[in-house]
Amino acid sequence: MSALSRRRVLFGGAAVGAGALLTACTSNTPENNAQVNTNTDASANPNAAPGSKVIIGFSAPAADHGWLAAITNNAKAQAQAYTDVEFRPVEAGADAAAQRAAVSTLISQKPNVIVMLPHDGKELNAAGLEAMNAGIPVVNLDRAFPSMAAYRLQIKGDNFGMGLAAGNYISEQLKAKGVSNPIIGEIPGIDSLELTQERSLGFKTALEAHGFKVANRRPAEFTADSGQAAATALLQALPKMDALWNHDDDQGIGVLAAIKQANRSEFFMVGGAGSKAAIDQIAADNSVLKATVTYSPSMASSAISLARLIGQNKGMSDLVELQVPKEITLASETITKDNASQYAKLGF
Amino acid sequence: MITETAPPEVRKESRRRLRLDDNAIRNLGLVGVLVLLIIVGIITKPDLYSDPTWVRNNFLTILQQASAIGVVTVGMTFVIIGGGIDLSVGAIIALAGVWATTLATQSYGAGGMIFTALVVGLAVGLVNGVLISYGKLVPFIATLAMLVAARGLAAQISGKQTQVSTNMTINDIASTKLLGIPLLVWILGLVVAAGWVLLNRTTFGRRTVAVGGNPEAARLAGINVKRHTLLLYALSGLCCGIAAIMLTSQATSAQAAMANLYELDAIAAAIIGGTLLSGGRGTIVGALFGVLVFSTITNLFAINNLSTEVQNMVKGAIIVVAVLIQQFRYRSLTQLLKR
Repeated sequence: MSALSRRRVLFGGAAVGAGALLTACTSNTPENNAQVNTNTDASANPNAAPGSKVIIGFSAPAADHGWLAAITNNAKAQAQAYTDVEFRPVEAGADAAAQRAAVSTLISQKPNVIVMLPHDGKELNAAGLEAMNAGIPVVNLDRAFPSMAAYRLQIKGDNFGMGLAAGNYISEQLKAKGVSNPIIGEIPGIDSLELTQERSLGFKTALEAHGFKVANRRPAEFTADSGQAAATALLQALPKMDALWNHDDDQGIGVLAAIKQANRSEFFMVGGAGSKAAIDQIAADNSVLKATVTYSPSMASSAISLARLIGQNKGMSDLVELQVPKEITLASETITKDNASQYAKLGF
Repeated sequence: MITETAPPEVRKESRRRLRLDDNAIRNLGLVGVLVLLIIVGIITKPDLYSDPTWVRNNFLTILQQASAIGVVTVGMTFVIIGGGIDLSVGAIIALAGVWATTLATQSYGAGGMIFTALVVGLAVGLVNGVLISYGKLVPFIATLAMLVAARGLAAQISGKQTQVSTNMTINDIASTKLLGIPLLVWILGLVVAAGWVLLNRTTFGRRTVAVGGNPEAARLAGINVKRHTLLLYALSGLCCGIAAIMLTSQATSAQAAMANLYELDAIAAAIIGGTLLSGGRGTIVGALFGVLVFSTITNLFAINNLSTEVQNMVKGAIIVVAVLIQQFRYRSLTQLLKR
């Protein structure tokens, strides 16, 4: 056997072995912590009793982020909790055009209600109108359609309120500590997004009301590695800091890693969105993360529940009105160590 | 006979010396830019720069933030000198990082995670290389396709979630220091040193320059151009595997969207470091300075709380100016030699 072929055999064998090992390494069993309203006791809530069958069409962008993944999981899990709901998801594709095409297909299938989280509210407005004109009520999830005629129900989070809640919490904590001239840092997500600008505006507004301001602001990109880079830069720029607001708990994984790597602990940090990992960490109270302000993907579960009620022509039992209201904006809640246990089931 | 052959010999010798000088001048220029950026920092933030501990810490932070992208840039520099381009480096990092942090891989411990990242990086690089050298695809297209595909596979494996690393050995890489210098900076130093030796002191390096400068002439000179091109992309992939572990350690997690736009940063750093985009010329030291210039700009903008939009505009301007200077100097140099 020549030296060359022996080398080939060796390399070939190594490659096959590595390949076999690697394919075994792709298995991943993520824990399922969907947020589902399981209150199906009909005696307590007449709306929970099975009614006429409702086919709910669902379209949301492919998840590239934990929050979006939770939206789709929640919608699916909530639909499965009802015996009278048939869930019909369609792939939204990579962009607004693909989603428009997908929604058109969905409309031709004549579901009773469509729940849609658009790639972009403005660009999918026409798709919402098309469905409404075809007589299919549309539940517009989170990213708002500009036209009021394009949806039957709009349910969304409150970005401005999120910033406001974070700013208020930080201000109150600093006041309580008696810090007069605090140094406050901010790590937003992708800066060109409207939602980021709304969050920052809310934060600024709340701080200004207390006479505080942001000392340094380093945007990340909603990913952990960009959060690490932004936080490292911020910590270097502010050798002493009193408080930090990081807009997103997913990028917060990187932010917290950077804080640990820089060996800093003189400040407290507030997160955003309300991921399960963040809530657990707040409850454990063993890091600088002391609170997070929610922007909960549980809105997808609620959207499915309300879509069912709309399909069955029912109202919300606690309200006087016989129909589901037209707009719901979730309040951004502040999760601290004191109430973390209540929110544990809402983390995503 | 002797008198007739002497003049070309002398000319060759002088040309070589001139080229060396040219690299030295460029590197000095980049050092000048770095010094200038630091002086701007001192002027704008004298309070911070008056604290020696902070200053030392700041330089280490700049180096640390340059470490992962620096390793990628070394691989990229080889590919570009060899006449190619690798647009898939960010995607390879994401795939290697995600693959190394699945629950199954993490169960094999730190060794298994590092092995997986390196092998995945190398394997994707080999696929790039095979497509380009034997499939005769244009590097731009082949690696663009790989950019999309590798991020797709990473998203598929991770289920689009952020995969947190619970392995403390991996996570501690980012906070470990040796002799007061972060381990990540040591890794960068080792990769740069190995890259320098490989490019300047081995036949592999000489062949890389030859293949990039004139592939046909390299083939006639007996170099297996196809196999060499394949190896260059494999090398770039391996560098991405190393960077994936570094980034995973820094972020204590990996996800399909990580290392976003690293390809552009790496290409830009190589270019302002004096690597010719058409191949055949470039230096590892210059590429390192290119990375450090970007890292220092990021730091300068951070300590002054300036917006990242302006920062990106400045980065763009620096790339354009660097290439303009490069073209100008290269042209005047060749004219000088023709005379």
